Amino acid sequence: MSGKENTASEHSVVDDLYTESGHWNLNTGEETIHAKRMGGYWRNIKWLSASAWIIFFIGPYFQWGNRQAVLFDIPHRQFHILGVTVLPQDFWMLSLTLLFFALLLAVATALAGRIFCGFFCFQTIWTDVFTWLEENLEGNPQKRRRLEKAPWSFSKIRIKTTKHLMWLLISVFTGISFVAWFYDVFDLWRDLFLLQAGSVAYGTIALFTAGTYLMAGFMREQVCFWLCPYARIQGVMIDKTTVVPSYDFHRGEPRGRLRKGQPEEERTTGDCVDCKQCIAVCPTGVDIRHGQQEGCIMCALCIDACDEVMEKIGRPKGLVRFESYESLEANKRPHPLYKRPRVWVYSAIMSLALFGIAYGLTSLAPLELKVIHDRQPLFVLQSDGSIQNKYTLKILNKMTADIAVTISAEGPEGLVMVDEDLVTTARRGKVTARTVFVRVPKPLLSAETTPMVFSVQGEYDGQLLQSSRQSVFIGPKR
Amino acid sequence: MADNNPFPGENNTGHIWDDNIRELSNPPPRWWMIAFWASVIWWIVYGVLYPMWPIGQQPTQGIIGWSQMDEYRQGVDEVEAVRAEFETRIKGMTAKDILADSGLSQYTVASVKVLFGDNCAACHGSGGQGGPGFPVLADDDWLFGGAIENIGQSITMGRKGIMTAHSKILSDAEVDGLANAILGGNPTSDPNFAQKGCVACHGMDGKGMAVLGSANLTDGIYRFVPAEGESLLDSIKHTIKNGVNDVTEPKTREAVMPSFSGRLSENDIKKLAVYVYKFGSGQ
Repeated sequence: MSGKENTASEHSVVDDLYTESGHWNLNTGEETIHAKRMGGYWRNIKWLSASAWIIFFIGPYFQWGNRQAVLFDIPHRQFHILGVTVLPQDFWMLSLTLLFFALLLAVATALAGRIFCGFFCFQTIWTDVFTWLEENLEGNPQKRRRLEKAPWSFSKIRIKTTKHLMWLLISVFTGISFVAWFYDVFDLWRDLFLLQAGSVAYGTIALFTAGTYLMAGFMREQVCFWLCPYARIQGVMIDKTTVVPSYDFHRGEPRGRLRKGQPEEERTTGDCVDCKQCIAVCPTGVDIRHGQQEGCIMCALCIDACDEVMEKIGRPKGLVRFESYESLEANKRPHPLYKRPRVWVYSAIMSLALFGIAYGLTSLAPLELKVIHDRQPLFVLQSDGSIQNKYTLKILNKMTADIAVTISAEGPEGLVMVDEDLVTTARRGKVTARTVFVRVPKPLLSAETTPMVFSVQGEYDGQLLQSSRQSVFIGPKR
Repeated sequence: MADNNPFPGENNTGHIWDDNIRELSNPPPRWWMIAFWASVIWWIVYGVLYPMWPIGQQPTQGIIGWSQMDEYRQGVDEVEAVRAEFETRIKGMTAKDILADSGLSQYTVASVKVLFGDNCAACHGSGGQGGPGFPVLADDDWLFGGAIENIGQSITMGRKGIMTAHSKILSDAEVDGLANAILGGNPTSDPNFAQKGCVACHGMDGKGMAVLGSANLTDGIYRFVPAEGESLLDSIKHTIKNGVNDVTEPKTREAVMPSFSGRLSENDIKKLAVYVYKFGSGQ
């Protein structure tokens, strides 16, 4: 191949890129997307999945015993979840919970693409509710665009003010509901009305209000395009076997307008009539017929739109449908689930995380003991010839009442704990520290370090509580 | 360059490489510009509210009058306010009373750690473990008594025990015998212990006398630890021969605890006594 040809082919590649980019219309927020709203199967599913977020608003009002059922009490470092109270010391379970949900996202994405984005994400749901309000106040997309361009008039101001007030109302309520998970909800409402809530509460409500109002009201799909990391991460979890909303190009191409009166057998075009309804309903403004793309949140609204058109013109539904690239491309049957190792690996890690959480929740110890051996000095020689070690014992009491506890030590022969009978009050929900001296006659020590065990015992409600911790007794070098 | 731009009508900057790779002047995304101007406004507002512009000797002070030093002083005041309650109570109490109150002694141990680090730890170690040539405070062997009053007095007045150098009084063989008896933990087994007058200071039983600051010779705990490479026996002999703080003997052991009455307040000394007592073996 001559050098000249080489340059020529390179040029054509670059030119192709420029041509492509010319067609690639990337909306970076200059243009507000006014998506058409229409009913349908997936629309109903979407409302259903969105209603899961009602828990976010009403959850804090549920009571359990004499307290809020779920309360993340940060000032008191206590986390109440129904009947369980978790202290920060048991927070390793949180990492397992996060792991579980991260993998749940991964496995859901591997199977069905970004369905979290399309059906559950707060950005999608809140935007959906905001645009629903917009549609009800300002009318359909054409009317909205016209209103946008219209000069300021009394009715425009009235409509816009109403819309923004309602958006703000939802935003404020979102902020308050978020804070209510961390702040007794009835106290919160009282404090808010009396203007007595703390600055953290006001600040959080303000942040959430501003965030909700801006992101759901103005930024909308731009958040999914540029702000959200999960949107990008999920891209790499999708493979050829993932079932995603897809345009059946075998069936649809070549596109062509519907010609009235033309007999079906004379038609040379595919099923797609290029009505662009799939673009009109898309909340992120993408054209699903270009295939899988970064803007697609897989909300399936284009499926509803296309199905409705297909029904009207008497062609089979499902020109746009949930389908994997593999089965579309080769017209193959979908890849069986058991042949997809990543799904198995994800599920295995998820079950491990679940087991861990279940284990953690069922084995929450009411008393926990930590032992810190004094370093300077490691030991001292006493005048009676015994070696003394000093320990700081930290007793964590996870119960809701103070408990009187005794401490005992077991270890090398001749071991004596000073003040063994002393009763310590382990304060509820707190760590109580106590200094303990242990002595062993020097001749009885056979090694420089000897293992020993501290135990703490207490009684609560007729139930014997106990916790032990291994430590060492240190003596002089032999 | 614009004259021979091969791509007329395009918004390129005229920077063209390899014939067709060119720099376009597309504006940044809208959200980026909003964020950019928002941060510019933030910067201006911040500069008005907070100290910022380095003009002259003093930077501009900011209209809300915040300063790092004020915040620091407020923080110190807050801590002092929390401590005040304990401090006023401690003021009217003796060290013994503080010890009897578990809450106050806990406060004392927590709050006086820094003072111990500044004034005592250089010789006695951060945990009272002592150092080469300096007494251990964590054990129960006290030269001048381990009662809380004794400890307080040691800090206030300082201590300087005296032991005469015995190199001219005792023969080498006698020193040898005594040193071995002490090493065996039974000094009274050597008749010289009584005959040569050791008992005058170390007592009939060899257990020392707190009033004089004389050492207990029976418990195996040594005030003067052997130097590098020296045996314990040699170290004992050195002490017997050269004494402690004996000005006539150049090789004498030096053992001086300075007085802290001029350096620390009575209150601080009281608290330090409690702290030392709590090392474990106050009596």
